[in-house]
Amino acid sequence: MEATSHNFTDNARTGLANPVLRRALGIAGTGFPARRAEAIARLPEFEALRDAGKAIKDHTISHLDYYLELYEKNVTASGGVVHWARDAAEARAAVLEICRSVDARIVTKGKSMVAEEIALNEHLEANGITPVETDLGEYIIQLRHEPPSHIIAPAIHLMKEQVTATFRAAHTALDPDRPLTEAPQLCAEARAMLRPQFLAADVGITGANFLIAETGSSIIVTNEGNGDLTQILPKVHIVVASLEKIVPTLEDAATLLRLLARSATGQEFSSYTTLSTGPRRPGDLDGPEQYHVVLIDNGRSAMIGGEFQDMLRCLRCAACLNHCPVYTAIGGHAYGWVYPGPMGAVLTPALIGIDEAGHLPNASSFCGRCESVCPVKIPLPKMMRHWRERQFAQGKAPPVYRTGLKLWAWVARRPALYHELVELKARLLGWLGRDRGRFRALPLASGWTQARDMPAPEGRSFHSLWAERQRARK
Amino acid sequence: MTARDDILGGIRRGLGRGALADGPTGELAARVAAHRRNLIPARAASLDPPGRVDLFVAMAEAVQATVTRIASDGEIPGEVARYLAAENLPAELAMAPDPRLDALPWADRPLLQIWRGKAEPGDAVSLTPCLAAVAETGTLMLVSGETTPTTLNFLPDTHIVVLRGGQVVASYEDGWDLLRARGGLPRTVNFITGPSRTGDIEQKIELGAHGPRRLHVILVDNAGES
Repeated sequence: MEATSHNFTDNARTGLANPVLRRALGIAGTGFPARRAEAIARLPEFEALRDAGKAIKDHTISHLDYYLELYEKNVTASGGVVHWARDAAEARAAVLEICRSVDARIVTKGKSMVAEEIALNEHLEANGITPVETDLGEYIIQLRHEPPSHIIAPAIHLMKEQVTATFRAAHTALDPDRPLTEAPQLCAEARAMLRPQFLAADVGITGANFLIAETGSSIIVTNEGNGDLTQILPKVHIVVASLEKIVPTLEDAATLLRLLARSATGQEFSSYTTLSTGPRRPGDLDGPEQYHVVLIDNGRSAMIGGEFQDMLRCLRCAACLNHCPVYTAIGGHAYGWVYPGPMGAVLTPALIGIDEAGHLPNASSFCGRCESVCPVKIPLPKMMRHWRERQFAQGKAPPVYRTGLKLWAWVARRPALYHELVELKARLLGWLGRDRGRFRALPLASGWTQARDMPAPEGRSFHSLWAERQRARK
Repeated sequence: MTARDDILGGIRRGLGRGALADGPTGELAARVAAHRRNLIPARAASLDPPGRVDLFVAMAEAVQATVTRIASDGEIPGEVARYLAAENLPAELAMAPDPRLDALPWADRPLLQIWRGKAEPGDAVSLTPCLAAVAETGTLMLVSGETTPTTLNFLPDTHIVVLRGGQVVASYEDGWDLLRARGGLPRTVNFITGPSRTGDIEQKIELGAHGPRRLHVILVDNAGES
C-alpha cells in the first residue's frame, strides 16, 4: 500500500478529532489489555515463557540461513514449492504467475499483513483477478476501500453502525428492509455472503504465523476458521510469509504459540491453529493439489546485524498496539502504512525508509508499556531512540526540535543555572496556577494545551525537594 | 544471481560470516533432531490421566464447546441422536469414513440419515474422530487423511467429535510425538479450541464466524480402553 506516514501529524489530528474512532479505540484500549492480564494471571510460567520465546527467536535469527535452507528442503520433500522474493515486486509477480498458471479468477484470502505490505490485492485486481478478503474485519474494510488499522483486528476503528451502512451499500441484492443493526446479524450476513466465494475460489492465499524448518510446515492461527476454508477448499494454496517467520522445530512453535494468543487477544489458545504441510496426499478426500510458499525478504535481511535486528523477533501479536497510549488515542491509520503502533514505529522506517516514516519513532512518550508487554521482549523504546538518533545525526530532525534541544542541552550542561531556572519556573507556575491547579493555555506549550489541561506544579522543583529531604535524613 | 542466493548472502553478510561449515551445521542438525522440549506449563503436565481428562473438559467448556461423557462406544449413536434433537437440528450428518466410526451400532438409530465422505456445501452436521486432545487448553487435535477429510471440520454449522479418554494428552508437545509416531505430518493438522468465533465488531465475541457455530465433544471415558 502507498505510505502516508510523512503526513503523520495531520493524520493523527484527524484521528483525534474523529468521535467514532475515539469510541472504538476506547473499547479496544481497555478490553484487550484486561483480557491479556487475566490470561497471564492464569499461567504462572508466562514470564519464563517470554524468556524462552526470546531465546528461540534469537537463536533462529542467528542461524537464519541454515533454517531457511532446511525449511525449503522439507517443503520440497513434502511436494510444495518455495519461491524466494527479494522485494514486494518479486513477491507479487510470483503470486500472479501461480494464479495465472491455473487461470484463477477468484482468489480467497486469509488475513495477512505481509500481503498488505506487498500490496497484493491491488496487483491481482490490476491483472483481472478478484481477491476476496475472508476475515470479517478484512472483508469490512475491503468493502470500504480502507487499509487495516490494527494488525490483528483490522476494522477496530469502526463501530457496528458503520458496518451496517457498509453492508447495506455493498449487499444490494439482499432485502433492503432486512434487520441489520446487531453484531449477530452482521456476522451472519458476512458468513452467508462469503460462503459461495470460498467454494468458488480457484486459489486460496494465507499468511503464516510460523514456518517450521524441521517439517516444512506453515502455521496459521485464526478464530473465525476463514483461513482454514481458504487453504483447504481451492485447488491451489499459496502461503505468503516473510522470512523471519521461521522457527526450527515443532517444540519451538509450541512455546511461541503459548505466548501468541494470550498476548494478542487474551485467549488461552485461538480457536484454530493449523499446520499445512505440502499439497493433499494420495488418497486424501480434500485439500489443495498445489502448495506454494512465497518467502519474502523485502528489507528483513538488511536488518540483521544492525540496531534493529531484535525487531525480527516480532510475533505480530499487537500487544504493543493495545497497550500504547499513542496508538489508542490516534488509531492505526495515522501511522500511514501497514504496521502501526510501537512495532510499526520501529519496523516501518526499516522497511520503507526514515525519510517517509520519520515521524513514527518520534510519536512515543517512552512510557515503556510496549516493551513490558512484548511476548519476546523487544526493546521497542530503545530502538525508537536509535531512529531518533539517526535522524538527528543525519540532520533530518525538524529545525524547531533541533534548536529546542540545543538550547536545553546548553542549560542542562550548567547544573547550577539549570536548578535555578527549574526552581524559578516551578515557583512561577505554581503561583500562577494556585487557584485552578491547572492551565488551559500556556505560552510555547499550545501543542500540549490544545487537547488537555496542564497540571500546575506544586511550587517547588524536584531537585530542591530532594535536597531538603536528604538534609532532613542526616 | 538468484533471489535465493541474494537473500541468503544478505543474511550471511549481516551475521558477519559465510555459509555454515559442517561443525556448526552438525550442532544445529542435532538441535532439530533432538526435538528438545522447552518449558511446559505445570497446569496439565502435573496431572494424572483422569485429572487431564477433567482439565480438558473444563477448558473446552470455558470456550463454549459442549462435552457429553459416556461410558462406551455403543452409546455414541444414541448420544448423537440426543444432541441433534436437543439442538433442534435435522437428524442427518456427514460422517468421516473412519472404520471405527463405521463399526458403531448405527442401525439402532434408523432415523439418523448418515453419509460418508468429505463435507459438501449444504451439510449441516459432521461427525469425526480425532487424533488426540490437549488438556492444557481444551484443544482437539485432528489430522487429514484418507478417512478423515478436513472439510468436515470447517464447512458444517455443527461439528461433533468423538474423543476417547485415553486420547487426552497434557501438552501440544505430546501431540507432536503422536504425529512423529505416525511417520510424519499429514497435509493438515488442526488444533481446534471451541467453535469458530470473531471479535471483529466492537470486540464482542460472536460464535460461528465462518467455521462451525457449535462444537460438541462426545467423550468416551471408560477407564482402561482407549
